[in-house]
Amino acid sequence: MSVSRTLSLANKHQLWIISKVSRLASTNSWWSNVEMGPPDAILGVTEAFKRDTNPKKINLGVGAYRTDEGKPFVLESVKKAEQLIASENLDKEYAPISGIAEFCQANAKLAFGDDSRVIKDQLFATTQGISGTGSLRIGAAFLAKFFPGNKVIYLPNPSWGNHTPIMKHAGLDVKSYRYYDSKTCGFDFNGAKEDIEKIPENSIILFHACAHNPTGVDPRPEQWKELSSIVKNRKLFVFMDMAYQGFASGNIDDDAFAVRKFIDDKHNLMLAQSYAKNMGLYGERVGACTVVCQDKDEVERVMSQIKILIRPMYSNPPIHGARIAAKILNQQDLRSIWLKEVKQMADRIITMRQQLADNLKKNGSKKNWQHITDQIGMFCFTGLNQQQSERLIKDFSVYLTKDGRISMAGVTSKNNAYLANAIHEVTK
Amino acid sequence: MGLFNNIATDPPIEVFHLTELFHQDANPSKVNLTIGVYQDENGKTLTLPVIRSVEQQMAQDLTLTKMYLKGTGLDAFCTACLKLVLGEQSPAIVENRACSIQTLSGTGAIRIGLDFLYRNGFRTAYVSAPTWGNHESVLQTVGFEVRKYRYWNKERLCLDIDGFIADLEAAPEKSVILLHACAHNPTGCDPTHEQWIRISDTCKSRQLIPFFDLAYQGFSSGDLDQDAWAIRYFAHEAKHELFVAQSFAKNFSLYNERIGHLIGLFESRDIIPKFRTQMATIVRRNYSNPPAHGAHLVATILNNPTLCGEWKNNVRAMYERIHAMRHLFYNKLKQLGTPGTWEHIVQQTGMFAYTGLNPRQCQVLMQQHHIYIMSDGRINICAITPKNADEIAQKFFDVITNVADDPKL
Repeated sequence: MSVSRTLSLANKHQLWIISKVSRLASTNSWWSNVEMGPPDAILGVTEAFKRDTNPKKINLGVGAYRTDEGKPFVLESVKKAEQLIASENLDKEYAPISGIAEFCQANAKLAFGDDSRVIKDQLFATTQGISGTGSLRIGAAFLAKFFPGNKVIYLPNPSWGNHTPIMKHAGLDVKSYRYYDSKTCGFDFNGAKEDIEKIPENSIILFHACAHNPTGVDPRPEQWKELSSIVKNRKLFVFMDMAYQGFASGNIDDDAFAVRKFIDDKHNLMLAQSYAKNMGLYGERVGACTVVCQDKDEVERVMSQIKILIRPMYSNPPIHGARIAAKILNQQDLRSIWLKEVKQMADRIITMRQQLADNLKKNGSKKNWQHITDQIGMFCFTGLNQQQSERLIKDFSVYLTKDGRISMAGVTSKNNAYLANAIHEVTK
Repeated sequence: MGLFNNIATDPPIEVFHLTELFHQDANPSKVNLTIGVYQDENGKTLTLPVIRSVEQQMAQDLTLTKMYLKGTGLDAFCTACLKLVLGEQSPAIVENRACSIQTLSGTGAIRIGLDFLYRNGFRTAYVSAPTWGNHESVLQTVGFEVRKYRYWNKERLCLDIDGFIADLEAAPEKSVILLHACAHNPTGCDPTHEQWIRISDTCKSRQLIPFFDLAYQGFSSGDLDQDAWAIRYFAHEAKHELFVAQSFAKNFSLYNERIGHLIGLFESRDIIPKFRTQMATIVRRNYSNPPAHGAHLVATILNNPTLCGEWKNNVRAMYERIHAMRHLFYNKLKQLGTPGTWEHIVQQTGMFAYTGLNPRQCQVLMQQHHIYIMSDGRINICAITPKNADEIAQKFFDVITNVADDPKL
């Protein structure tokens, strides 16, 4: 039934080109001129991996956490919450457009901290969103319609591939500021500062709150402090994307440092959150979009407008995942289990990073691999160039994206040594 | 100084606003006839037992992961949906010319279907006068020019088929026509088979794109295949290329899980891969991939003959209760000697009845009698029960006999 599923990436490219030049035999169809969409680059990595028969093959394109056995991880806290929910026989009636209150409240506390002024004074206009993507989309739509300044958003270079299409489609212009230093495989702090200081006042700037995707490179706390100050002076509006709270360092408060610092410095920011990774709720699409407001009146007005944006998108949000997240956040025993599990996931990634760096050394690599352990979160920008990445795929069946990005989730204690050897071979 | 100090508070959406007022109302005999949610004879929106049992199973199943679905949704769900709408023997399915994309319920299906059409150059759309309130919002947000085709004859309380056809005949080629497959919302008034054939002929000769909204499959006649008659006629006999946006909110009672799908049906199977990749792009920039829970529930049920049979009985039971309440309400109005004709209450199908009450009467009904109905006179028949039918009929009688129209409203 599904023709596209059986096509290889190369064939899809061919079809794409052919469809652009050929005409359909039928002249009665409206769709003769419909073009084939370009194939998805990241999906292509997984497809090529599936076709590879090498028993040593490793998939480092996966954007979802895997256990040391290479399996998806269903959190115990999630399963328990789900069983409780099933036994409670809760209703299936429409959720409010902005989502269920017990989720939105708990979500805000998680992000800002229970003692935050934002929580105490109830200054958050929070709506449930379709995971991180949907939350970014709502935020972008709100800015495109209501932002009183320049409807231009500055993204770090590089950023998550889907940021640009989301923002553009919502109606914002997209520009960038320097972020990643390919020479050091680290944060280009000076470049970032220089570029940010040149951004026209009253523009929008987006930061990854922690575990930058795709580089894994995060500013240090003192660098965040400086950035907050510069952004304040430039009168820029801050959009924070926090998709990995807890997943980066293993500690939910540490990972929220940047968000909370900016709040302390009185940025009334916008925040998109995802529970895909930190609660393993990927397919249930749990997330939130928050606008931090000046006062309760502003909260009300902003909420009324956000609801109007959501109604012609999908009317109201899916409830199942939000109920799970709310239960976990609000029920002490489940919350404790969850915090341990989040730390467990983060610790495994950190351990894999350390092992990989050690194994590279053992292989006799002369290169500096410190960035592997300096970087944080799911992804690692190895510093491999396109040629080296292609060799990794071709000669060693190690699948990654051409920019040298690897997903640490695909690294295990069993394949670590093989991976280190492969990387060494292509870089020596 | 807040950045958003100067943004206005927009007026709330009517149906949610009225429902909120209803919740705040302390009067013990209040009734909410606004929102389109099925209720049983006790006024409860119960989850179908078949759903509960599948959910319990899923919660105990430790092999189930929470992995992302594809952007286009769960295959087992999509395949089952195609069969549900088009019939198992559909030539379109056999010939691989139809494709189903999982969506965020009906709204989501309409939205991404229109996004697809817009990005492929379609610009004008027609909706029935009247239609579901959100149709126009979605169309306008996507960027379509929205026009109306005559539908409801206010004076004769029936379908204005001649006006309908005349407006389609005057529509520019390549206009998208939003059609309610069955159980028209808000009027409950559907074309007959002969009228559907006329509509189909006109769409063909004027080269219009049929886009069906199927939110109530099973609620119109109690039979799922019968309720899909118009879609199947357009697809198989008249051989249109068409789109269908289906919601499972009502017929699976899964309102808050946001489960639905969009069908694209084309003349050539070559279009299908193109359609899929374009839909994947549209989905990616909006929400990446759809929520899994509702899809697993519906797929499990549709693909299991026993569970599917149970579900179909549930749908039939909901239909029968609504049907009975239509007759009950109609009888009560007649018994009271309510002025006017009320046959349309029993002739209309689906969840709603278009009573013909004017805005002033609706207002008085709410303010004095604590009966909440939409300002266009639409009522949710499901919220009527044997216990409250008498009182509701009495109050309707009251406003109809005592309250004239207010031209200012």
